[in-house]
Amino acid sequence: MQKLRSLLKIALLLLLYGGVRFLEGSGLLLPYHVQVLSLACINIILVVSLNLINGFTGQFSIGHAGFFAIGAYLSAYLTVRVQAPFVPALICGGILAGLAGLAVGLPALRLRGDYLAISTLGFGEIIRVIILNTPAVGGAKGFSGIPKYTTFGLAYLTAIITVVAIRNFVSSDYGRACMAVREDEIAAESLGVNSTYFKVLAFALGAFFAGTAGGLFAHYLQYLAPTPNQIGFVKSIDILIMLVLGGLGSLTGSILAAIILTIIPEFLRGFAEYRMIIYPLLLIIVMLRRPTGLLAGRELSLDSVLDFWKGAKARAHNS
Amino acid sequence: MPWHIAALQQLINGLALGSVYALIALGYTMVYGIIQLINFAHGEIYMLGAYFGFYAITLLNLSLLPAMLVSMAAAALVGVLLERVAYRPLRNSPRISVLITAIGASLLFQSTAQLVFGASFKPFPQAMPFRRIQLGPIFITNRQLLIFGVAVLLMILLHVLVTYTTFGKAMRAVARDKEAAVLMGINIDRIISATFALGSALAATAGILVGMYYNRIDPYMGMMPGLKAFVAAVLGGIGIVPGAVVGGLLMGVAENLVVTLGSSTLRDAVAFAVLIVVLLVRPAGLLGKKGIEKV
Repeated sequence: MQKLRSLLKIALLLLLYGGVRFLEGSGLLLPYHVQVLSLACINIILVVSLNLINGFTGQFSIGHAGFFAIGAYLSAYLTVRVQAPFVPALICGGILAGLAGLAVGLPALRLRGDYLAISTLGFGEIIRVIILNTPAVGGAKGFSGIPKYTTFGLAYLTAIITVVAIRNFVSSDYGRACMAVREDEIAAESLGVNSTYFKVLAFALGAFFAGTAGGLFAHYLQYLAPTPNQIGFVKSIDILIMLVLGGLGSLTGSILAAIILTIIPEFLRGFAEYRMIIYPLLLIIVMLRRPTGLLAGRELSLDSVLDFWKGAKARAHNS
Repeated sequence: MPWHIAALQQLINGLALGSVYALIALGYTMVYGIIQLINFAHGEIYMLGAYFGFYAITLLNLSLLPAMLVSMAAAALVGVLLERVAYRPLRNSPRISVLITAIGASLLFQSTAQLVFGASFKPFPQAMPFRRIQLGPIFITNRQLLIFGVAVLLMILLHVLVTYTTFGKAMRAVARDKEAAVLMGINIDRIISATFALGSALAATAGILVGMYYNRIDPYMGMMPGLKAFVAAVLGGIGIVPGAVVGGLLMGVAENLVVTLGSSTLRDAVAFAVLIVVLLVRPAGLLGKKGIEKV
């Protein structure tokens, strides 16, 4: 039964991919739509990886765009200036971002809550200012001429790998330890959990995936601009909004929120200036009414859908 | 210009900028001291203060001082409303929720301002003629003098208020221990509202002063100074009123020295580098005492 269900999941994922490719081939989905879907996949990677740091380990980080930027710029630098192949460049970007995560995670040992938040924000801005002052990656002009290597398939595959990797991490001993640190650091320490180690681990891992997302992004749009919107504070907040709306500690919540919040703004293109009013309002209302987000700590799984369906059938049968 | 004179000149410019940071930092530190919240929207109150001042001068034809008072009152109202609507319902929620709400409020103010006032910058009306006062090799402008004067005056008033009045005493009591303060018959909701009003009024003044100093205001002007003022508050020791002043002045001077020494694009990174170093080396801030964490 378990095997059947995993096969079913794989089949569903393949079907989804095939469906998109089919619709693209038949002209029902324009390249623009596929671009939005690819960006949704990249956002899924970002939100899920931030969830590992914020949601599961409870370390409030608002500098996620900094890791994203490191991955984006390093991988683009490698493919453009060094002519490195794409996938190794992508992984290098992820690794450097992960190392940066290590470097940010280390001060996190001494900082809590809002102090950590501010210093991660500061870290993100420092990264942006450094990029702004590095002529090798275009400086303030932006980095253009990046080859288009990222396809929808690759973004989709990376998103799946990220989700599976983080889900497995979270349900392993390591993940339990991270959650213990989130719930009560002192209690976790007294039970022998090395909280320092797990905080840094979560930061490094989350940063690695964010860096990979950056590499995918750079080779999709083929242009990087060192603006707050693309790699700075505003981007970090965008990711945070998706995370919070989906629910801290819920992977499916993150995925849903990332997809919805990537697609909806595309419909609201004509009302772009209202988007930045609606988003924060939504954020405040969610915090006031349902501070845990839409799917807080719960998961929407195939099993629960199947069970629900069976239950509905049983109820229909009984009545 | 020889370097030591350039440095002296930058010191004056830095102190002017620093007084503005100090005025904003006071709001951060008072609010943090009393409800342990980083009021992310504080930078936006400063921005709104600048716009209120702008409209008070251009639409109501007020001169500088009355315009400042109008702006202070309006900003205080916004601050109180913000606390009432967005922060008070979350007073017993996890601090992360409140922090996210504060970020949301900050973005909301920013984009509303962009919609209402327009995204492009506005030249701030010059309510006083520009004058340069030569002091040997260096100079000081009358705007800088105005910034010093207003900032020092407000800081003295605040100091008197916090140290010698019943209200100040109540405020310190709430900051020290909320439950005990309630038992002593202090209405903490009123004290918290008043703290927001006070901090917002100071930020509004800072907004007007900066509008006059740089001659321009825009809806995004609050973000960076807001963050830097927060860093200033942490540098001086968050929750400590004189700490905010010391931190603000130091930040202003440090930033201007970096501009003299090298790149002006690096000035924004200075603040955050300072923040990370302070948090690592002396998390309680320059004037802060290390607290004991109770389990």
